[in-house]
Amino acid sequence: MRIPCPLCGSRDIREFDYMGHAQALDRPEPEAGAQAWDDYVHNRDNPAGPTRDLWFHGLGCGAWLVVDRDTVSHEITAAALARDVKGGAA
Amino acid sequence: MRFSGLRVLTEGLTGNKGWRPHWRDPAPKSDYDIIIIGGGGHGLSTAFYLAKEHGLTNIAVLEKGYIGGGNVGRNTTIVRANYNLPGNSEFYSHSLKLWEGLEQEVNYNAMMSQRGVLNLCHSDGQRDAFARRANSMINQGDDAVLLDREGVRKLVPYLDFDNIRFPIYGGLLHPRGGTARHDAVAWGYARGADSRGVDIIQNCEVTGIDVENGRVTGVQTSRGAIRARKVGIVVAGRSSQVAAMAGMRLPIESHILQAFVTEGLKPVIDHVVTFGMGHFYISQSDKGGLVFGGDLDFYASYAQRGNLPMAEHVMEAAMTLMPMIGKARVLRSWGGIMDMSPDGSPVIDRTHIDGLYLNCGWCYGGFKAVPGSGNCFAHLIAQDRPHPAAARYRLDRFRTGIGLMDEEGTGAQHNLH
Amino acid sequence: MRLDKPGQIDRSQALRFTFDGREYGGFQGDTLASALIANDVRVVGRSFKYHRPRGVFSAGSEEPNALVTIGQGAASEPNLRATTTELCEGLVAQSQNRWPSLEYDLLALNDLFAPFLGAGFYYKTFMWPAKFWERLYEPMIRRAAGLGALSGAPNADHYEKAYAHCDVLVIGAGPAGLMAALAAGRAGLDVILADEDVRTGGRLNAETVEVDGRPGADWAQAVTDDLYAMGNVRIMTRTTVTGAYDGGTYGALERLSPDVAARTGAPRECFWRIAARRTILAAGALERPVAFQNNDRPGVMMAGALRAYVNRWAVSPGKTVTVFGNNDDAHRTAADLLAAGVHVAALIDARPEASTDLPVRFYAGAQVTNAHGRGGLEAISIATLSGIDKVQTDCLAMSGGWNPTLHLTCHMNGRPDWSPALAAFVPRDGAVPGLVAAGACRGDFSTHACLSGGLEAARAVIRELGKRARKIDLPQAEDAPYRISPLWAVPGKGRAWLDFQNDVTVKDVKLAATENYSSVEHMKRYTTQGMAPDQGKNSNVNALAVLADATGRGIPETGTTTYRPPFVPVPIAAMGAGAQGAGFAPQRFTTSHQVSVDMGAPMIEAGLWYRPSYFPREGEKTWRQSCDREVGMVRRAVGVCDVSTLGKIDVQGPDAPAFLDFLYTNMFSSLKVGRTRYGLMLREDGHVMDDGTTARLGEHHFLMTTTTAAAGQVMKHMEFVHQCLVPQMDVSFISVTEQWAQFAVAGPKSREVLNGILDDPIDDDGFPFMACGPVSVMGVAGRLFRISFSGEHAYEVAVPARYGESLFRLLVQRAEELDGGAYGMEALNVLRIEKGFITHSEIHGRTTAFDIGMERMVSAKKDCIGKAMAARPGLSGPEREQLVGLVPTGAVKKLTAGAHLFDAGAAPVRENDQGYITSVGFSPTLGHFLGLGFLKDGRARHGEEIRMVDHVRQIETTCQVVDPVFFDPEGGRARG
Repeated sequence: MRIPCPLCGSRDIREFDYMGHAQALDRPEPEAGAQAWDDYVHNRDNPAGPTRDLWFHGLGCGAWLVVDRDTVSHEITAAALARDVKGGAA
Repeated sequence: MRFSGLRVLTEGLTGNKGWRPHWRDPAPKSDYDIIIIGGGGHGLSTAFYLAKEHGLTNIAVLEKGYIGGGNVGRNTTIVRANYNLPGNSEFYSHSLKLWEGLEQEVNYNAMMSQRGVLNLCHSDGQRDAFARRANSMINQGDDAVLLDREGVRKLVPYLDFDNIRFPIYGGLLHPRGGTARHDAVAWGYARGADSRGVDIIQNCEVTGIDVENGRVTGVQTSRGAIRARKVGIVVAGRSSQVAAMAGMRLPIESHILQAFVTEGLKPVIDHVVTFGMGHFYISQSDKGGLVFGGDLDFYASYAQRGNLPMAEHVMEAAMTLMPMIGKARVLRSWGGIMDMSPDGSPVIDRTHIDGLYLNCGWCYGGFKAVPGSGNCFAHLIAQDRPHPAAARYRLDRFRTGIGLMDEEGTGAQHNLH
Repeated sequence: MRLDKPGQIDRSQALRFTFDGREYGGFQGDTLASALIANDVRVVGRSFKYHRPRGVFSAGSEEPNALVTIGQGAASEPNLRATTTELCEGLVAQSQNRWPSLEYDLLALNDLFAPFLGAGFYYKTFMWPAKFWERLYEPMIRRAAGLGALSGAPNADHYEKAYAHCDVLVIGAGPAGLMAALAAGRAGLDVILADEDVRTGGRLNAETVEVDGRPGADWAQAVTDDLYAMGNVRIMTRTTVTGAYDGGTYGALERLSPDVAARTGAPRECFWRIAARRTILAAGALERPVAFQNNDRPGVMMAGALRAYVNRWAVSPGKTVTVFGNNDDAHRTAADLLAAGVHVAALIDARPEASTDLPVRFYAGAQVTNAHGRGGLEAISIATLSGIDKVQTDCLAMSGGWNPTLHLTCHMNGRPDWSPALAAFVPRDGAVPGLVAAGACRGDFSTHACLSGGLEAARAVIRELGKRARKIDLPQAEDAPYRISPLWAVPGKGRAWLDFQNDVTVKDVKLAATENYSSVEHMKRYTTQGMAPDQGKNSNVNALAVLADATGRGIPETGTTTYRPPFVPVPIAAMGAGAQGAGFAPQRFTTSHQVSVDMGAPMIEAGLWYRPSYFPREGEKTWRQSCDREVGMVRRAVGVCDVSTLGKIDVQGPDAPAFLDFLYTNMFSSLKVGRTRYGLMLREDGHVMDDGTTARLGEHHFLMTTTTAAAGQVMKHMEFVHQCLVPQMDVSFISVTEQWAQFAVAGPKSREVLNGILDDPIDDDGFPFMACGPVSVMGVAGRLFRISFSGEHAYEVAVPARYGESLFRLLVQRAEELDGGAYGMEALNVLRIEKGFITHSEIHGRTTAFDIGMERMVSAKKDCIGKAMAARPGLSGPEREQLVGLVPTGAVKKLTAGAHLFDAGAAPVRENDQGYITSVGFSPTLGHFLGLGFLKDGRARHGEEIRMVDHVRQIETTCQVVDPVFFDPEGGRARG
């Protein structure tokens, strides 16, 4: 598998660490309540098909990426810098 | 038909004409007392124990493909009860005891081989953690031996004791652990359940779960609607999808675990051996293939296949640990879809819908759990209260934080367990 | 026998080799199989289950029978295919799976018991008594099973791994692959052309077909020369592409030629990771056998293989050959044999309408029903319309048609399509993204179709990659139609083999269907068909056709099992190359490593780092003596310890204080410049991730330390928090772990040591407890932190790593002058236990701030990572196991880490489990063992006597629960 890092270009996945679904970007407010926090930390849509997940280019530029990927075919259609996604730029 | 050496002999002498199907292929009825969604090891054993221990036989097991087609036929066949934490300790202990009588119980040889599972440790800290785990096992009534380096050398002299990157300090030997012929476990339970009247229905995909007034009433399938008073979901690898049919969002992320087998070789590895620094485990099948695996590929996936980085990492671990297998050739690699849970331990519990039960989250420990999981799930479904050995496998433990069973201590990131 | 024709062997280079100890001769260019055939060796192996004698069956990597062990001692390799083993001088080959010899194999008895050993027989017996499985049945089965044997010696050969990148990967260098590479190369693309054979040409080397009016092999050589000359085409012969993976990544195994591999330092094999933008699969096709009674006799082989032996290697496996087929290749085989002067006893074509002009005895609409001759083929029975004919023959070539070699197209879960016209599966377009199939592997079997298919595929790829295709003339070649009438199994009695290697017969597949193992996957797993080293290359399609017939379904409905990587078996040593010995993981060394080694310190692993265990001195016989002395040294005088392995993260920016407040449970924005504070970091799930001190070097500048073990994890976590949660924060950070060498100087005389090397001496007022700041160390700009992990008056002094070794020498020397010295990990551990300081033995991933008594460090004034989840009911309260100190009070004065705790008098069983011990050490300061552990509601139980049981070490004692800070609980020594 190869990931198109926006900063480094197409790189082998062995340069990356995987975290999980990009819902990790949407951290609840401290007082959001037990259900919101349970959903954030534990529960997942876990789709069989297109998903967005977080990868860390730890053996590359150090950027966290939001990657559009299919969990069935492993096809990767896009990758953006997480800080841009979080900041609303992508 | 009862299987025995005599039967094999008689049939052999009379042209092998008397063999009959090991399980029937019935058409689904319109109504069952209990429907088990999922004809894998766990689903089939659930049906078996419902019939055997609870006298319930108006049961259908619905399988979307062929029985035993998921993880029960894709694992590295290791059976063990070497857990540390309460919850897991009693459950796997229970499961191992069921393994020990399984073949006679279902009249099918699953080649359960209690050849011993050896976990190697590579630092003082790891050895102390192993001691703690070994003591937990003994507290539970299971067997454990803490070996020093020389003890390990005596048992498995072929390891690299001199040049290995992380020296071998010792090991935790679990003599009653071992391996079993994975497919045969599913087939044996299928045979045992079928002979007690359970309908095993293959090529029957569940497409919906019917709920009325907060109570389950049946399922929709590719072969029509089927009514049922109770429904059990036990579909590792598809848990999120099936649970979603009942409006549930599970604490599960699906991941790929690869496994590997070499060409057949004369006996060379007599135990199950695991490497403590590289997540590598290996045993030799009775046919002679070295069966081994390592860690997850680490990305969410439903593909039942993996990629090279983890495959290579596993081979690298093999080479540092036991360089004598370098010239064994990998014949086949494959992948299974793991229900990864936030603490690495499973769920056997009721749901918010009456009559709907959930069994999921086995991560990559599902194979050894097959008898225990089915036995405890059957108990829960039949009696509506948890089996004592699985009482801690609650779904709400993540929300409350009560009774988490994070054996690895890696925290609530699904792929780290 | 060797034929009197040239072939592709070099008769000027005679080679000697041995097989089962007997010496034979061959030539450069031979494979082991062709050389054995030249020497009339017919039996080369024994089958897996029935131990039936077997001969060479194919001429490629799909070989099911001729598996041998090559080499001797540690260099020996089991299960190598004689058909792909290049002959070299002195080669030593042994047959396998036989005892005592290939000729007389005791387990051949199994063949007589075949009626009792059918598919799955072992599932029905060997169950009584249960204990006999491990004691009797299994050892017996294991000894009988398996093929070759590993030597048992550690691998002593060199293997490598490598990466390659290309625009186009062409897999297979037959006519289709050569044309594709030629076109892609001429278009200026970077091309890798890989083929598992030792030379390019593919079937052109095995056939007598002509291309552009000259022998096919000559044309192939000419094209190959062109490709070499281009410079942008890399030809990798002896290289099998083993797997297709995501993103255009392919695995490939390159075998080096025996003479290259024999050079000093050269690898035997190299495992390649090839990243290709596009791939053209031109892997050809595999011929399939026909199942009939005793079709596994030595001398029965594939027709295409026979042509290869005759045409390429100039050998014939028989003097009187018969040919049996259901397609025109049977005729082609007979013609080639006749041309080579080999006697053809009969040509049997299963198609009733078939005819021939060849001067041979010809049967149309007939089938071979039996093969006779136990040790090797002697005769065959032929069923004709008029009855059974028996023909004397010592070699039968059979062709049941061809299966496209589409395996790689299935590696990403693609399923092939059934082609009724070809009676074969063909690859589905798009099954592997970026890969197109061309030539025989997509069902185009004529030479012309292969050439044009390769060219077309290349043209499409060239367009997709934005290049322009140059004009290339398509060479002239035969374009014979492929006419086949499917024939999977000849009806009749007896055992007809499908899977030769695993001894799976037509009867077995039918039995599986009878017993309701009628899904193709069930049939495979029940009978083991397709699970042998050839992975069903020779048997899959026939077996599922038999299954389809037995179940009354069609072949497409029956479906296939999945082809999975690797295409050919890959040595673990190749895919795991580089990891043997220390190569498995990087080794990290501190700047003081060599000095420590020179001082005699045993170095132990700490993650990837190596750290000194202790520094033995004259007269000390055990580690405990050294450790006790080092602990005493620190408590009494001064000790020096390299702490550079701790993670050091430099954090800067206007938002650095706020960022640290968010990361840590406690406040860092309130920390004054020039001061240091201990911090506790949680995971978002509310459990402790790590701890350490952070120094504020400036208004917007902090230096964070992490534990050695968690340094990488913390760095990644910080990147996550910053980039994914608070990207608006203006903060930057970087790991400086390797840039700074840092040493703890601990003990009452620590300041005295330091003041000897600091250009500006310090005192208590200017540098109080928890102070930090820049210092000048003998002219070198360094940093000083007054922090203590020993509880003593202590400092950590840091200098740029290049000065680390000098500073360590200097510090140790000065400490020794003051009756102190270096101390190692053992002493460090005892010192911290005496003070109740935690490490990852305590914060092992399941621990909460509450458990370690630090819940008050979770600031109420702000949010932080993990705060919300730490408030879950299950993460605090009396049910939790809490950190306590333990001292032995029973007869046994020892504690052990890993022991469990029970109420006094309670039985040591799980139901009574109250906790466990995490760290122990003998305290020379206090004169007895100390333990840290976790005990249910432990903080409320100080003073209580409890029971400690360590079953596995057989140690049991009583201990008293105490506060975890055993020594100097007021902390006066660190402040003083």
